[in-house]
Amino acid sequence: MNRYFHKELEEIRSKLILIGEKANQAGTLAVEGFIESDLEKTLTAVKMDDEIDDLEVEIDRDSVRYITLRSPVSSDVRLIFVAIKASHDLERAGDEAHSIAKRTRSILQREGKVANKVAIEEMSRLAFAMLRDALTSFLDENLKLAEGIIERDKEVDRLNKENFKTLSKGMEGDSIEASTQIETILISRSIERIADHAKNLAEEVIYLLTGE
Amino acid sequence: MAQSTDTEKKEDGRDIIEVRDFNFAYGNSQALFDVNMDIKEKEVTAFIGPSGCGKSTFLRCFNRMNDLIDIARITGGSVKINGIDIYGKEIDVIELRKHIGMVFQKSNPFPKSIYDNIAYGLRIQGIKNKSTLDDVVEECLRGAALWDEVKDRLQESALGMSGGQQQRLCIARALAVKPQILLMDEPCSALDPIATAKVEELIHSLKKDYTIVIVTHNMQQAARVSDRTAFFYLGKLIEYDVTDTIFMNPNNEQTEAYVSGRFG
Repeated sequence: MNRYFHKELEEIRSKLILIGEKANQAGTLAVEGFIESDLEKTLTAVKMDDEIDDLEVEIDRDSVRYITLRSPVSSDVRLIFVAIKASHDLERAGDEAHSIAKRTRSILQREGKVANKVAIEEMSRLAFAMLRDALTSFLDENLKLAEGIIERDKEVDRLNKENFKTLSKGMEGDSIEASTQIETILISRSIERIADHAKNLAEEVIYLLTGE
Repeated sequence: MAQSTDTEKKEDGRDIIEVRDFNFAYGNSQALFDVNMDIKEKEVTAFIGPSGCGKSTFLRCFNRMNDLIDIARITGGSVKINGIDIYGKEIDVIELRKHIGMVFQKSNPFPKSIYDNIAYGLRIQGIKNKSTLDDVVEECLRGAALWDEVKDRLQESALGMSGGQQQRLCIARALAVKPQILLMDEPCSALDPIATAKVEELIHSLKKDYTIVIVTHNMQQAARVSDRTAFFYLGKLIEYDVTDTIFMNPNNEQTEAYVSGRFG
Protein backbone atom coordinates (compact mmCIF):
# COMPACT_ATOMS: atom_id res chain seq x y z
CA MET A 1 0.00 0.00 0.00
CA ASN A 2 1.27 3.46 -0.86
CA ARG A 3 0.97 5.78 2.12
CA TYR A 4 0.21 9.47 1.79
CA PHE A 5 3.59 10.38 3.24
CA HIS A 6 5.55 8.35 0.68
CA LYS A 7 5.45 11.39 -1.55
CA GLU A 8 7.70 13.08 1.00
CA LEU A 9 10.23 10.34 0.32
CA GLU A 10 9.93 11.08 -3.39
CA GLU A 11 10.59 14.75 -2.65
CA ILE A 12 13.78 13.86 -0.79
CA ARG A 13 14.81 11.68 -3.74
CA SER A 14 14.12 14.53 -6.17
CA LYS A 15 16.14 16.95 -4.07
CA LEU A 16 19.04 14.52 -4.02
CA ILE A 17 18.98 14.33 -7.81
CA LEU A 18 18.76 18.12 -7.97
CA ILE A 19 21.77 18.68 -5.70
CA GLY A 20 23.68 16.13 -7.79
CA GLU A 21 22.82 17.93 -11.00
CA LYS A 22 23.82 21.26 -9.52
CA ALA A 23 27.13 19.92 -8.20
CA ASN A 24 27.83 18.41 -11.61
CA GLN A 25 26.90 21.63 -13.37
CA ALA A 26 29.00 23.79 -11.02
CA GLY A 27 32.02 21.48 -11.45
CA THR A 28 31.66 21.32 -15.21
CA LEU A 29 31.39 25.11 -15.46
CA ALA A 30 34.39 25.59 -13.18
CA VAL A 31 36.56 23.25 -15.24
CA GLU A 32 35.35 24.75 -18.52
CA GLY A 33 36.30 28.13 -17.09
CA PHE A 34 39.81 26.76 -16.56
CA ILE A 35 40.16 24.99 -19.93
CA GLU A 36 38.62 27.83 -21.96
CA SER A 37 40.02 30.66 -19.81
CA ASP A 38 36.43 31.83 -19.43
CA LEU A 39 36.02 34.09 -16.40
CA GLU A 40 32.23 34.25 -16.74
CA LYS A 41 31.87 30.49 -16.37
CA THR A 42 34.04 30.51 -13.26
CA LEU A 43 31.93 33.28 -11.73
CA THR A 44 28.71 31.35 -12.43
CA ALA A 45 30.25 28.28 -10.79
CA VAL A 46 31.22 30.30 -7.71
CA LYS A 47 27.65 31.57 -7.35
CA MET A 48 26.15 28.09 -7.45
CA ASP A 49 27.78 27.06 -4.19
CA ASP A 50 25.14 28.67 -1.96
CA GLU A 51 22.29 26.89 -3.76
CA ILE A 52 24.06 23.57 -3.29
CA ASP A 53 24.71 24.26 0.40
CA ASP A 54 21.05 25.20 0.94
CA LEU A 55 19.87 22.01 -0.73
CA GLU A 56 22.06 19.90 1.52
CA VAL A 57 20.57 21.55 4.60
CA GLU A 58 17.06 20.96 3.23
CA ILE A 59 17.74 17.30 2.52
CA ASP A 60 19.14 16.81 6.02
CA ARG A 61 16.12 18.46 7.63
CA ASP A 62 13.63 16.58 5.47
CA SER A 63 15.41 13.32 6.25
CA VAL A 64 15.47 13.86 10.00
CA ARG A 65 11.81 14.82 9.85
CA TYR A 66 10.93 11.71 7.88
CA ILE A 67 12.76 9.46 10.33
CA THR A 68 11.08 11.15 13.28
CA LEU A 69 7.52 11.33 12.01
CA ARG A 70 7.15 8.47 9.53
CA SER A 71 8.94 5.54 11.22
CA PRO A 72 10.59 4.30 8.00
CA VAL A 73 11.91 0.74 7.71
CA SER A 74 13.82 -1.39 5.22
CA SER A 75 14.56 0.28 1.85
CA ASP A 76 12.86 3.50 3.02
CA VAL A 77 15.25 3.91 5.93
CA ARG A 78 18.18 3.05 3.62
CA LEU A 79 17.06 5.76 1.23
CA ILE A 80 17.00 8.30 4.06
CA PHE A 81 20.43 7.21 5.25
CA VAL A 82 21.78 7.44 1.70
CA ALA A 83 20.13 10.84 1.21
CA ILE A 84 21.97 12.22 4.25
CA LYS A 85 25.33 10.73 3.23
CA ALA A 86 25.04 11.38 -0.50
CA SER A 87 23.89 14.98 -0.07
CA HIS A 88 27.00 15.54 2.03
CA ASP A 89 29.19 14.04 -0.70
CA LEU A 90 27.49 16.15 -3.34
CA GLU A 91 27.79 19.27 -1.23
CA ARG A 92 31.51 18.53 -0.86
CA ALA A 93 31.75 18.02 -4.64
CA GLY A 94 30.10 21.44 -4.96
CA ASP A 95 32.71 22.88 -2.59
CA GLU A 96 35.47 21.48 -4.80
CA ALA A 97 33.79 23.05 -7.83
CA HIS A 98 33.71 26.34 -5.94
CA SER A 99 37.39 25.95 -5.13
CA ILE A 100 38.30 25.16 -8.77
CA ALA A 101 36.37 28.21 -9.91
CA LYS A 102 38.03 30.51 -7.39
CA ARG A 103 41.52 29.29 -8.23
CA THR A 104 40.81 29.63 -11.95
CA ARG A 105 39.53 33.14 -11.37
CA SER A 106 42.75 33.93 -9.53
CA ILE A 107 44.86 32.56 -12.42
CA LEU A 108 42.82 34.43 -15.02
CA GLN A 109 42.96 37.70 -13.11
CA ARG A 110 46.73 37.37 -12.79
CA GLU A 111 47.66 35.97 -16.19
CA GLY A 112 44.69 36.56 -18.47
CA LYS A 113 44.57 32.95 -19.62
CA VAL A 114 45.48 29.46 -18.54
CA ALA A 115 48.69 28.43 -20.26
CA ASN A 116 49.42 25.02 -18.79
CA LYS A 117 46.36 22.78 -18.75
CA VAL A 118 48.30 19.57 -18.03
CA ALA A 119 45.85 16.63 -17.83
CA ILE A 120 43.01 18.63 -16.29
CA GLU A 121 40.71 18.23 -19.29
CA GLU A 122 41.08 14.45 -19.47
CA MET A 123 40.85 14.09 -15.71
CA SER A 124 37.70 16.19 -15.40
CA ARG A 125 36.09 14.32 -18.28
CA LEU A 126 36.56 11.09 -16.33
CA ALA A 127 35.58 12.56 -12.96
CA PHE A 128 32.36 14.18 -14.19
CA ALA A 129 31.41 11.08 -16.16
CA MET A 130 31.75 9.19 -12.87
CA LEU A 131 29.57 11.74 -11.11
CA ARG A 132 26.90 11.68 -13.81
CA ASP A 133 26.90 7.89 -13.90
CA ALA A 134 26.65 7.70 -10.10
CA LEU A 135 23.60 9.97 -10.27
CA THR A 136 22.13 7.90 -13.09
CA SER A 137 22.69 4.71 -11.11
CA PHE A 138 20.73 6.29 -8.24
CA LEU A 139 17.97 7.53 -10.52
CA ASP A 140 17.63 4.25 -12.44
CA GLU A 141 18.48 2.00 -9.48
CA ASN A 142 21.18 0.50 -11.68
CA LEU A 143 23.43 -1.65 -9.52
CA LYS A 144 25.76 -2.66 -12.34
CA LEU A 145 26.44 0.94 -13.31
CA ALA A 146 27.14 1.86 -9.67
CA GLU A 147 29.52 -1.07 -9.23
CA GLY A 148 31.46 -0.11 -12.36
CA ILE A 149 32.18 3.37 -11.04
CA ILE A 150 34.38 2.22 -8.15
CA GLU A 151 37.26 1.05 -10.36
CA ARG A 152 37.17 4.13 -12.55
CA ASP A 153 38.44 6.28 -9.68
CA LYS A 154 41.90 4.78 -10.07
CA GLU A 155 42.54 6.43 -13.43
CA VAL A 156 41.59 9.84 -12.01
CA ASP A 157 43.98 9.27 -9.10
CA ARG A 158 46.75 8.36 -11.56
CA LEU A 159 46.20 11.50 -13.62
CA ASN A 160 46.24 13.62 -10.46
CA LYS A 161 49.62 12.16 -9.47
CA GLU A 162 50.92 12.74 -12.99
CA ASN A 163 49.78 16.37 -12.85
CA PHE A 164 51.49 16.81 -9.52
CA LYS A 165 54.77 15.45 -10.90
CA THR A 166 54.60 17.55 -14.06
CA LEU A 167 53.74 20.75 -12.25
CA SER A 168 56.12 20.36 -9.32
CA LYS A 169 59.06 19.78 -11.70
CA GLY A 170 58.66 23.23 -13.15
CA MET A 171 58.28 25.06 -9.85
CA GLU A 172 61.52 26.96 -10.24
CA GLY A 173 61.21 30.28 -11.95
CA ASP A 174 59.39 33.48 -11.18
CA SER A 175 56.92 33.55 -8.32
CA ILE A 176 53.82 34.30 -10.43
CA GLU A 177 54.23 31.13 -12.41
CA ALA A 178 54.87 29.15 -9.23
CA SER A 179 51.56 30.43 -7.81
CA THR A 180 49.76 29.33 -10.95
CA GLN A 181 51.40 25.94 -10.78
CA ILE A 182 50.38 25.48 -7.14
CA GLU A 183 46.84 26.54 -7.99
CA THR A 184 46.76 24.12 -10.89
CA ILE A 185 47.96 21.33 -8.58
CA LEU A 186 45.12 22.19 -6.22
CA ILE A 187 42.59 22.28 -9.08
CA SER A 188 43.79 18.82 -10.08
CA ARG A 189 43.41 17.71 -6.48
CA SER A 190 39.85 19.13 -6.38
CA ILE A 191 38.90 17.15 -9.48
CA GLU A 192 40.38 14.06 -7.89
CA ARG A 193 38.22 14.72 -4.81
CA ILE A 194 35.11 15.14 -6.99
CA ALA A 195 35.82 11.67 -8.39
CA ASP A 196 36.16 10.40 -4.80
CA HIS A 197 32.74 11.83 -3.97
CA ALA A 198 31.31 10.23 -7.11
CA LYS A 199 32.80 6.93 -5.95
CA ASN A 200 31.26 7.40 -2.51
CA LEU A 201 27.90 8.12 -4.12
CA ALA A 202 28.19 4.93 -6.15
CA GLU A 203 28.95 2.99 -2.95
CA GLU A 204 25.91 4.56 -1.32
CA VAL A 205 23.74 3.53 -4.27
CA ILE A 206 25.06 -0.04 -3.93
CA TYR A 207 24.08 0.03 -0.24
CA LEU A 208 20.66 1.43 -1.12
CA LEU A 209 20.01 -1.31 -3.64
CA THR A 210 21.52 -4.27 -1.83
CA GLY A 211 21.54 -3.34 1.85
CA GLU A 212 25.25 -4.20 1.93
CA MET B 1 10.85 23.96 3.65
CA ALA B 2 8.78 20.85 3.13
CA GLN B 3 8.38 19.90 6.76
CA SER B 4 6.07 22.57 8.00
CA THR B 5 4.22 23.61 4.87
CA ASP B 6 1.15 21.56 5.71
CA THR B 7 0.76 23.27 9.03
CA GLU B 8 1.96 26.69 7.95
CA LYS B 9 -0.69 26.79 5.25
CA LYS B 10 -3.30 26.37 7.94
CA GLU B 11 -1.81 28.85 10.37
CA ASP B 12 -4.73 31.17 9.75
CA GLY B 13 -7.34 28.41 10.09
CA ARG B 14 -10.33 29.09 12.26
CA ASP B 15 -10.40 27.81 15.82
CA ILE B 16 -13.44 25.54 15.80
CA ILE B 17 -13.00 24.39 19.42
CA GLU B 18 -11.91 26.83 22.13
CA VAL B 19 -11.23 25.54 25.61
CA ARG B 20 -10.59 27.95 28.46
CA ASP B 21 -9.41 27.17 32.01
CA PHE B 22 -11.21 23.86 31.83
CA ASN B 23 -11.36 21.72 34.97
CA PHE B 24 -13.04 18.38 35.26
CA ALA B 25 -13.49 15.85 38.06
CA TYR B 26 -14.84 12.38 38.69
CA GLY B 27 -16.33 12.76 42.17
CA ASN B 28 -13.55 14.18 44.29
CA SER B 29 -10.83 13.15 41.92
CA GLN B 30 -9.70 15.98 39.68
CA ALA B 31 -9.06 14.62 36.17
CA LEU B 32 -8.26 17.78 34.21
CA PHE B 33 -6.58 20.94 35.47
CA ASP B 34 -6.93 24.35 33.86
CA VAL B 35 -6.76 23.17 30.27
CA ASN B 36 -6.56 25.86 27.62
CA MET B 37 -6.57 24.84 23.99
CA ASP B 38 -7.72 26.02 20.58
CA ILE B 39 -8.34 23.38 17.94
CA LYS B 40 -8.16 24.41 14.30
CA GLU B 41 -10.82 23.59 11.79
CA LYS B 42 -10.04 20.89 9.21
CA GLU B 43 -6.90 19.73 10.89
CA VAL B 44 -6.05 16.53 12.69
CA THR B 45 -5.23 17.14 16.35
CA ALA B 46 -3.78 14.27 18.35
CA PHE B 47 -3.88 13.83 22.13
CA ILE B 48 -1.06 11.77 23.56
CA GLY B 49 0.04 10.89 27.06
CA PRO B 50 0.33 7.93 29.41
CA SER B 51 -2.75 6.03 30.57
CA GLY B 52 -4.81 8.02 33.03
CA CYS B 53 -3.45 11.38 31.89
CA GLY B 54 -6.94 12.64 31.00
CA LYS B 55 -6.74 12.64 27.22
CA SER B 56 -9.83 10.47 26.65
CA THR B 57 -11.74 12.32 29.35
CA PHE B 58 -10.91 15.57 27.60
CA LEU B 59 -11.95 14.20 24.20
CA ARG B 60 -15.29 13.12 25.63
CA CYS B 61 -15.94 16.61 26.90
CA PHE B 62 -16.31 17.83 23.31
CA ASN B 63 -19.51 15.87 22.68
CA ARG B 64 -20.56 15.73 26.33
CA MET B 65 -20.15 11.98 26.51
CA ASN B 66 -19.10 12.45 30.12
CA ASP B 67 -22.68 13.52 30.89
CA LEU B 68 -23.45 9.80 30.93
CA ILE B 69 -21.23 9.28 33.97
CA ASP B 70 -22.99 10.19 37.19
CA ILE B 71 -19.99 11.36 39.17
CA ALA B 72 -18.46 13.33 36.31
CA ARG B 73 -18.65 17.12 36.63
CA ILE B 74 -17.08 20.21 35.25
CA THR B 75 -15.42 22.20 38.01
CA GLY B 76 -14.53 25.26 35.99
CA GLY B 77 -13.91 26.82 32.61
CA SER B 78 -15.62 26.46 29.28
CA VAL B 79 -15.64 24.57 25.99
CA LYS B 80 -16.87 26.50 22.99
CA ILE B 81 -17.56 24.96 19.61
CA ASN B 82 -18.19 27.38 16.78
CA GLY B 83 -18.16 30.07 19.45
CA ILE B 84 -21.01 28.51 21.44
CA ASP B 85 -20.55 27.24 25.00
CA ILE B 86 -21.55 23.58 24.66
CA TYR B 87 -22.28 23.33 28.36
CA GLY B 88 -24.74 26.21 28.17
CA LYS B 89 -28.25 25.60 29.48
CA GLU B 90 -29.87 25.99 26.08
CA ILE B 91 -27.74 23.30 24.46
CA ASP B 92 -29.55 20.23 23.08
CA VAL B 93 -27.03 17.44 23.61
CA ILE B 94 -28.55 15.19 20.93
CA GLU B 95 -28.28 18.04 18.44
CA LEU B 96 -24.69 18.69 19.56
CA ARG B 97 -23.73 15.06 18.92
CA LYS B 98 -25.09 15.27 15.38
CA HIS B 99 -22.35 17.79 14.72
CA ILE B 100 -19.68 15.87 16.53
CA GLY B 101 -19.30 12.25 15.46
CA MET B 102 -17.39 9.76 17.51
CA VAL B 103 -15.43 6.61 16.74
CA PHE B 104 -14.42 4.35 19.59
CA GLN B 105 -11.54 2.04 20.39
CA LYS B 106 -13.58 -1.03 19.66
CA SER B 107 -15.64 -0.92 16.52
CA ASN B 108 -19.33 -1.07 17.39
CA PRO B 109 -21.39 -1.67 14.27
CA PHE B 110 -25.09 -2.26 14.80
CA PRO B 111 -26.16 -5.88 14.28
CA LYS B 112 -27.71 -4.87 10.99
CA SER B 113 -26.69 -4.86 7.35
CA ILE B 114 -23.83 -2.72 6.13
CA TYR B 115 -26.38 -0.53 4.36
CA ASP B 116 -28.58 -0.12 7.40
CA ASN B 117 -25.64 0.84 9.60
CA ILE B 118 -25.04 3.89 7.44
CA ALA B 119 -28.69 4.68 6.82
CA TYR B 120 -29.64 4.40 10.50
CA GLY B 121 -28.76 7.94 11.52
CA LEU B 122 -30.58 9.39 8.53
CA ARG B 123 -33.68 7.31 9.12
CA ILE B 124 -33.99 8.53 12.68
CA GLN B 125 -33.72 12.03 11.28
CA GLY B 126 -36.82 11.17 9.23
CA ILE B 127 -35.16 10.65 5.86
CA LYS B 128 -36.96 7.77 4.16
CA ASN B 129 -36.42 8.40 0.45
CA LYS B 130 -34.60 5.35 -0.90
CA SER B 131 -32.63 7.11 -3.57
CA THR B 132 -31.44 9.73 -1.05
CA LEU B 133 -30.43 6.97 1.35
CA ASP B 134 -28.68 5.05 -1.47
CA ASP B 135 -26.72 8.15 -2.40
CA VAL B 136 -25.64 8.87 1.16
CA VAL B 137 -24.68 5.24 1.83
CA GLU B 138 -22.49 5.21 -1.27
CA GLU B 139 -21.01 8.63 -0.51
CA CYS B 140 -20.15 7.67 3.07
CA LEU B 141 -18.72 4.29 2.15
CA ARG B 142 -16.63 5.94 -0.53
CA GLY B 143 -15.60 8.63 1.96
CA ALA B 144 -14.48 5.90 4.32
CA ALA B 145 -12.57 4.10 1.54
CA LEU B 146 -14.83 1.09 1.93
CA TRP B 147 -17.12 1.22 -1.07
CA ASP B 148 -15.07 -0.97 -3.39
CA GLU B 149 -14.72 -3.62 -0.73
CA VAL B 150 -18.41 -3.87 0.20
CA LYS B 151 -20.49 -2.54 -2.71
CA ASP B 152 -21.57 -6.06 -3.70
CA ARG B 153 -22.66 -7.09 -0.21
CA LEU B 154 -24.41 -4.07 1.22
CA GLN B 155 -27.25 -6.17 2.56
CA GLU B 156 -24.96 -8.56 4.43
CA SER B 157 -24.48 -8.22 8.17
CA ALA B 158 -21.87 -5.69 9.24
CA LEU B 159 -20.78 -8.19 11.87
CA GLY B 160 -19.32 -10.37 9.11
CA MET B 161 -16.77 -7.72 8.17
CA SER B 162 -13.14 -7.76 9.33
CA GLY B 163 -12.19 -5.63 12.35
CA GLY B 164 -10.57 -3.00 10.15
CA GLN B 165 -13.60 -2.87 7.86
CA GLN B 166 -15.94 -2.60 10.85
CA GLN B 167 -13.95 0.36 12.16
CA ARG B 168 -14.09 2.08 8.79
CA LEU B 169 -17.83 1.31 8.66
CA CYS B 170 -18.19 3.09 12.01
CA ILE B 171 -16.36 6.07 10.53
CA ALA B 172 -18.67 5.93 7.49
CA ARG B 173 -21.67 5.77 9.82
CA ALA B 174 -20.41 8.82 11.68
CA LEU B 175 -20.02 10.69 8.38
CA ALA B 176 -23.64 9.98 7.34
CA VAL B 177 -25.08 12.72 9.53
CA LYS B 178 -22.52 15.19 8.16
CA PRO B 179 -20.75 16.15 11.36
CA GLN B 180 -18.26 19.00 11.48
CA ILE B 181 -15.99 17.28 13.95
CA LEU B 182 -14.97 13.65 14.29
CA LEU B 183 -13.66 12.46 17.64
CA MET B 184 -11.64 9.28 17.57
CA ASP B 185 -10.74 7.49 20.76
CA GLU B 186 -7.87 5.12 19.97
CA PRO B 187 -9.54 4.02 16.73
CA CYS B 188 -6.73 1.66 15.71
CA SER B 189 -5.77 0.03 18.98
CA ALA B 190 -7.60 -3.20 18.10
CA LEU B 191 -6.47 -3.31 14.48
CA ASP B 192 -3.59 -5.03 12.71
CA PRO B 193 -0.95 -2.89 10.97
CA ILE B 194 -2.56 -3.02 7.52
CA ALA B 195 -6.01 -2.11 8.85
CA THR B 196 -4.34 0.61 10.94
CA ALA B 197 -2.63 1.99 7.85
CA LYS B 198 -5.99 2.08 6.02
CA VAL B 199 -7.64 3.99 8.85
CA GLU B 200 -4.69 6.41 8.96
CA GLU B 201 -5.00 6.96 5.21
CA LEU B 202 -8.68 7.60 5.76
CA ILE B 203 -8.00 10.13 8.52
CA HIS B 204 -5.57 11.90 6.22
CA SER B 205 -8.12 12.11 3.40
CA LEU B 206 -11.00 13.14 5.69
CA LYS B 207 -9.28 16.20 7.07
CA LYS B 208 -10.04 18.19 3.95
CA ASP B 209 -13.70 18.12 5.00
CA TYR B 210 -13.69 17.45 8.74
CA THR B 211 -11.97 18.51 11.91
CA ILE B 212 -10.55 15.42 13.54
CA VAL B 213 -9.44 14.99 17.13
CA ILE B 214 -7.78 11.68 17.89
CA VAL B 215 -6.63 10.09 21.11
CA THR B 216 -3.86 7.60 20.55
CA HIS B 217 -1.45 5.56 22.61
CA ASN B 218 0.63 5.05 19.52
CA MET B 219 3.01 7.99 19.30
CA GLN B 220 4.14 7.05 15.81
CA GLN B 221 0.51 7.23 14.77
CA ALA B 222 0.15 10.70 16.23
CA ALA B 223 3.33 11.71 14.40
CA ARG B 224 2.06 10.27 11.13
CA VAL B 225 -1.50 11.52 11.05
CA SER B 226 -1.74 14.75 12.99
CA ASP B 227 -1.07 18.39 12.23
CA ARG B 228 -0.93 19.33 15.90
CA THR B 229 -0.28 17.28 18.99
CA ALA B 230 -1.18 17.85 22.62
CA PHE B 231 0.73 16.05 25.36
CA PHE B 232 -1.17 15.44 28.59
CA TYR B 233 0.27 14.28 31.89
CA LEU B 234 -1.56 13.81 35.19
CA GLY B 235 -4.54 15.78 33.94
CA LYS B 236 -2.53 18.75 32.74
CA LEU B 237 -1.89 19.89 29.23
CA ILE B 238 1.89 19.94 29.25
CA GLU B 239 2.57 21.02 25.69
CA TYR B 240 0.51 21.69 22.58
CA ASP B 241 2.12 22.60 19.30
CA VAL B 242 2.46 21.64 15.67
CA THR B 243 3.30 17.94 15.45
CA ASP B 244 6.72 18.60 13.92
CA THR B 245 7.72 20.58 17.00
CA ILE B 246 6.33 18.10 19.52
CA PHE B 247 8.23 15.19 17.99
CA MET B 248 11.34 16.88 16.68
CA ASN B 249 12.10 19.61 19.17
CA PRO B 250 9.57 19.94 21.99
CA ASN B 251 9.90 22.84 24.37
CA ASN B 252 9.04 20.92 27.51
CA GLU B 253 11.39 18.38 29.10
CA GLN B 254 8.50 16.08 30.07
CA THR B 255 7.27 16.04 26.47
CA GLU B 256 10.78 15.25 25.28
CA ALA B 257 11.05 12.42 27.80
CA TYR B 258 7.65 11.01 26.85
CA VAL B 259 8.00 11.13 23.06
CA SER B 260 11.48 9.63 23.28
CA GLY B 261 10.13 6.78 25.41
CA ARG B 262 11.96 7.71 28.61
CA PHE B 263 8.85 7.69 30.74
CA GLY B 264 5.17 6.98 30.57
